[in-house]
Amino acid sequence: MLERRGDTIEAVPETEVLPLTFQIRQLSVWYGQKRAIDSVNMDIPSNAVTSIIGPSGCGKSTFLRCLNRMHELVPRTCMDGKVLLLGQDLYSADVDPAIVRRRIGMVFQKSNPFPTMSIGENVIIGLRLNGVRDHKFLNERLEKSLRMAALWDEVKDDLHKPGTSLSGGQQQRLCIARALAVEPEVVLMDEPCSALDPIATAKIEELIHELKTQYTIVIVTHNMQQAGRVSDHTAFFYLGKLIEFGPTTKIFTNPSERQTEDYITGRFG
Amino acid sequence: MHSGRSDKYSWRKAKNALVSAATFLSAIAVITPLGLVFFHLLVNGASSVNWAFFTQLPKPVGVIGGGMVNAIVGSLELLGLASVIGIPIGVLGGVYLAEYGSARANSMLRFIADVLNGVPSITWGVVVYGLVVLRFKSFSGYAGGLALGLIMVPLILRTTEEVVLLVPNGYREAALALGIARWKTIVHVVMKTASKGIITGILLALARIGGETAPLLFTAFGNRFWNHNLAEPIAALPLQIFTYAISPYDDWHRQAWAGALVLVVGIFCVNVLVRILTRERKPSIV
Repeated sequence: MLERRGDTIEAVPETEVLPLTFQIRQLSVWYGQKRAIDSVNMDIPSNAVTSIIGPSGCGKSTFLRCLNRMHELVPRTCMDGKVLLLGQDLYSADVDPAIVRRRIGMVFQKSNPFPTMSIGENVIIGLRLNGVRDHKFLNERLEKSLRMAALWDEVKDDLHKPGTSLSGGQQQRLCIARALAVEPEVVLMDEPCSALDPIATAKIEELIHELKTQYTIVIVTHNMQQAGRVSDHTAFFYLGKLIEFGPTTKIFTNPSERQTEDYITGRFG
Repeated sequence: MHSGRSDKYSWRKAKNALVSAATFLSAIAVITPLGLVFFHLLVNGASSVNWAFFTQLPKPVGVIGGGMVNAIVGSLELLGLASVIGIPIGVLGGVYLAEYGSARANSMLRFIADVLNGVPSITWGVVVYGLVVLRFKSFSGYAGGLALGLIMVPLILRTTEEVVLLVPNGYREAALALGIARWKTIVHVVMKTASKGIITGILLALARIGGETAPLLFTAFGNRFWNHNLAEPIAALPLQIFTYAISPYDDWHRQAWAGALVLVVGIFCVNVLVRILTRERKPSIV
């Protein structure tokens, strides 16, 4: 159904041996006159969790939204540079943004199950509106997605109830199930736990840990402990620039850049 | 020092009492006319609302009795015709304003819709008279329906736009992030979420035009007989009330009161329906 692979490109850094999901080259984004992202180069490895940290307004969310072309919804944005998903340029003229977003799922800061739909409908809506009619297939995918989101046992008897009747943490896992149901290759998470209590947060983090065997995950977080717990790689953004990117343990124990160290030790931000 | 503060306090209390009284009196002033209208209609009209009123045609001049069944049915036909014109244009236009278009063009469209909402309804009658009645050389149900439909368009357009804008952006983003096409997102997620508000706007517009008389004077014109041909003049409840009320016959006056009562009760019912719908709407739009 979907075009999986396009032309592969040349530049894979010599030190990098992991397979790459995203290759980002000279990415810049402007909101009107304001430059939100400044010439970012970054390679995001496959089947791993990459976290993006940095103070508010540093461009973390904008960067994340460039990966599935969601930033285009904001009027008066423009961007320059390249984003390659498995070698294919997501911004070339013949690529439909809807197809990009089908391959790259997204979970938002505020859980947002559709209020007019039941729990079950919420999960399969992406498939249904993309033309899947087969009930058996939809039911299978419904259960599979809810199981992957570790929500099945809690809601299996209440699938007809409104999605908004769930607790905050359950709603967020429902949104994860909804994103997984269309079988994306990547899951982007924009501060998925910032509105949740510690127990619900722990569940989501555990879930992220399990999902990375099948998906590439990029997570924006304000919580540095969370970045330390869930991610394999960490990128530190400051004022729209990528300051440092490397293995999470290195970033948190032995950062190369002074600014990274200052931020992590709490001297600013 | 202490007494000064207490003086200030009592002055503040007095101001509070004054303003409370003023708002209370204003509230009474708003409610009183409604009570008076209902009371007057019940006293004068209730005795004439009977089975014949809903089932019989008007009797010839001078003959006592008869009813307004043709006007009731005619009004429903006109409302149906107006809906066919007003609802699709109004709803689609409102969705366009909320979801598409450039900010500048949209603020212009919004301004135009607001001006149209302020146009006296008789003007719509005259416009349709010029455009349709003169051209086809006949008053007609079509002309009446068109006049009412044109009044509905800006009303529905603005209410639809407002309730669509109330749908939180998070739902649009969630749907688009699933790779759902923009138009499907708007139809299946945004409009579905706003559907009760949209229906409320439609019902309010119907209630508003249901009682309109002026735009029908030069268009539907009225008819004392059965007419199911929309190309010819057609009866409507407000028109019939107008004709009967200015007539010199006591029996017609009684029927005009009855007609007014039926009309007001009908519109009242629509408004109650709207209240029920909007009460259910609150939990669904978070």
